[in-house]
Amino acid sequence: MLQIKNLTKIYDGGVQALDNVSFEVPDGEFLAVIGLSGSGKSTLLRCINRLIEPTSGQILWDGVDITAASQEEMRLVRRKIGMVFQHFNLVHRSKVITNVLSGRLGYVNPAWSLVNRFPKEDIEKAMRQLTRVGIVDKANQRADELSGGQQQRVGIARALMQDPRMILADEPVASLDPVLAHSIMSHLEDINKNDGVMVLCSLHFLDLVHRYAGRVVALNAGKLVFEGLPKDIDDKKFKEIYGRDAERVG
Amino acid sequence: MAATPNGWGSAMQTKPKTSLWKSARVGLVTLLGLVIFAYGFQITRVDLEELRSEKRQESLVRVTRALAQPDLLAYDQTEEVVNIPLYVPCRADGLLSAAPAHTGADPYLTLTPACAAPGETVRVEGFNFAPSTTGPVRFVPGGDINNNVTLGRDNADTDENGHFALDLTLPKRPSEEVQYIRATLRRNIGTPHLTQTARDTWEKIIETVFLALLATVFGTLLAIPISFIAARNLMKPVKSPLASISLSVLGWPVGIALGFLAFGWVEAFSARLGAALWVNLLVTILAPLAAVWGLRWAIPEEESNAPAPSLPSLRLARLGVIFLSALGVFLGLFQLASLLMSIGEAAQPALASFGFLGYFLFQIGDILALTATALGALAVGAALSSFLGRIGLRATEKMTPVGLKPLNLALAALAGATIFGLIGYLVERLYQPGNPFYTFWLPVALGAALGAALALFIKPKTALPIGMVIYTITRTILNALRSVEALVMAIVFVIAVGIGPFAGVMALGLHTIVSLAKLYSEQVESIASGPLEAIEATGANRLQTIIYAVIPQIVPPYISYTMYRWDINVRMSTIIGFVGGGGIGFLLQQNINLLNYRGASAQMLAIAIVVASMDYISSVLREKTL
Repeated sequence: MLQIKNLTKIYDGGVQALDNVSFEVPDGEFLAVIGLSGSGKSTLLRCINRLIEPTSGQILWDGVDITAASQEEMRLVRRKIGMVFQHFNLVHRSKVITNVLSGRLGYVNPAWSLVNRFPKEDIEKAMRQLTRVGIVDKANQRADELSGGQQQRVGIARALMQDPRMILADEPVASLDPVLAHSIMSHLEDINKNDGVMVLCSLHFLDLVHRYAGRVVALNAGKLVFEGLPKDIDDKKFKEIYGRDAERVG
Repeated sequence: MAATPNGWGSAMQTKPKTSLWKSARVGLVTLLGLVIFAYGFQITRVDLEELRSEKRQESLVRVTRALAQPDLLAYDQTEEVVNIPLYVPCRADGLLSAAPAHTGADPYLTLTPACAAPGETVRVEGFNFAPSTTGPVRFVPGGDINNNVTLGRDNADTDENGHFALDLTLPKRPSEEVQYIRATLRRNIGTPHLTQTARDTWEKIIETVFLALLATVFGTLLAIPISFIAARNLMKPVKSPLASISLSVLGWPVGIALGFLAFGWVEAFSARLGAALWVNLLVTILAPLAAVWGLRWAIPEEESNAPAPSLPSLRLARLGVIFLSALGVFLGLFQLASLLMSIGEAAQPALASFGFLGYFLFQIGDILALTATALGALAVGAALSSFLGRIGLRATEKMTPVGLKPLNLALAALAGATIFGLIGYLVERLYQPGNPFYTFWLPVALGAALGAALALFIKPKTALPIGMVIYTITRTILNALRSVEALVMAIVFVIAVGIGPFAGVMALGLHTIVSLAKLYSEQVESIASGPLEAIEATGANRLQTIIYAVIPQIVPPYISYTMYRWDINVRMSTIIGFVGGGGIGFLLQQNINLLNYRGASAQMLAIAIVVASMDYISSVLREKTL
């Protein structure tokens, strides 16, 4: 159970990205986060693993206050939270297998990382994850030789290496075409359904929300404006979320 | 959020105003630029009159011609030298100098007239010289037929009969004595061969290339770690509470002292083992093996759930094993050094012309023995500092603010006193004021007071931006050192290690460190932040983030900057010889001072070839690695 309580983030420049946001996510849920660009979706997801420090408010995960964790404790929390990014954020010049193995960095001893050494079990595990996302034949290629869809699958394999209990996906399909988008989303769905991993996924397209999400929260200018089931987003709600001038497409 | 309805209109209205102000500003800036340039002309004494003067042009042509003919190849030459005496001016008694007698086949000269006043022209003709030869025809002043000083610039070429004729203007050197005109006619024989200049140039350019190579390699190795602590994006998030910072500061000197003690003891023990080859060999192999075995046990590959094993006795045992392993590694290093030195010494005469390999081994062993203790002590300092820092962090998290305050106070005062005390020690060493009140007690008291004040005024749990402090200090030192030219550094190193290429290596190496560290750090600052974020999100610590997200991204720019730096170092090493730093600069300067422009030209040509091929090699390497 993830509980967000009165979460507020004001950036150094005075921009209020999150304004008193509160909601709860039960274990094993696929939650979609929607809203316009700049509405605070990315900030919200990054506050949960504290890549961005919230200004005030609490984030409780199974009763543990993430916002109060020390650096070392946060490291241990982070390795249970996988993250998937819009621009994949792979290390381009490294091999695919190295990118996947880096998901294991929170577990291995830092002293051995100095000499770029991973335990044998981890390497086998990485190959299994690559098999699962269907690109095991690319393991020894450089990450930037892969197409966008393949790179995102590497990103998912990297997140899976963490044995995550939660995955934060920040617009994972916004840089991909519709066919690839469905393939990536179905991987996330598979992880959610079969591994019981909680998924928080920000999305742009409502048809993807309807197809994959169990529940939706919507942000507008940092405020929570909707929380409920995807089918409950009617035209009135839609205009509340996306503004008066918005038109539904797709 | 939304634009104001009249936003566009108001922009239109204010437009003419800004444009007037703008053009006035442009005019002013242009005027200012003109004035600056006018002043610059006066300061730098731009004067084309000089360039037009005939004398300048003549010398310029002469030097340019010499530069266009680098002194690389030469023929062996045969030479025929013939002198003819004459009086300048003609004697009042009408006596003429007797032309030397010549037999039919010998070369000889004739003069018409046989004597003349200074400034007048005489016709010099030569007969019976070897055909197709060339050479100077000069006036020999002073009445000594063997005088090497000659005057004039005339040259003669013989025809196929070995005859030449030319008009020679006599210099203004009147004398009672008989003077001479000398024709020296030369002919190339055989095939061209390399001149001595070419050989010297070859030897020195090789020295230059290796000087630059060593300086670049050492400089690069040290610049890489420095560039990380001089990178803003890596250092800015580094924040730490006061207790942790203070303990880290204290950890450095204590750790270094302990390290010197421990490794000094290891060195002494290694010396006691003696220099017997088989003992060296055995220990060199066994000690590190044992150490690695110990380390593999003490540092498990994977942390299960807790960051560290919970049993205190196990943790202590592991720490102990790490310590023993470190001692083992250093014992191995010292033995290796001893081994290298004895092998090198034995191999140097045995290898004959490959003796430099033995020399290399010996020097490497020496460097190893010299630096191992210092590096080891630094490593212990770093380890202890980071260990104590972590304890400080833990204490800050666990303790209440009320209990933490006095602890902070004590630690910060101690740390401040340590820092200022060390600065005082440095001042004592540099300026020798010889007064312990000013160089010890006062700084220590001041440091303690500053530390205590810091602890008093901040909240005990605040994380201080220590990363930015380190960043700023590093940057300041780098900038200060970078502003000192390598040439000036070379002067210092020539005094420290003596004239020769080694001083050049040290000077260029130091300059390479500071300038590359700056360039590198700017590359680190401009890397894509996405991968950094992704690696951090996996729960990696700072060191792992650097290794897995930063280093792969900076490899290509680091390689190209390193190649560029090698190129710079080759060019710099050409002038480092001007102050005794070795390399081709020594020859170049010598030849320029002796007005031997053909020699200088050969050296410049060598530099140009090396720089051009460097550029080619580096572009090929870049292509391969990117």
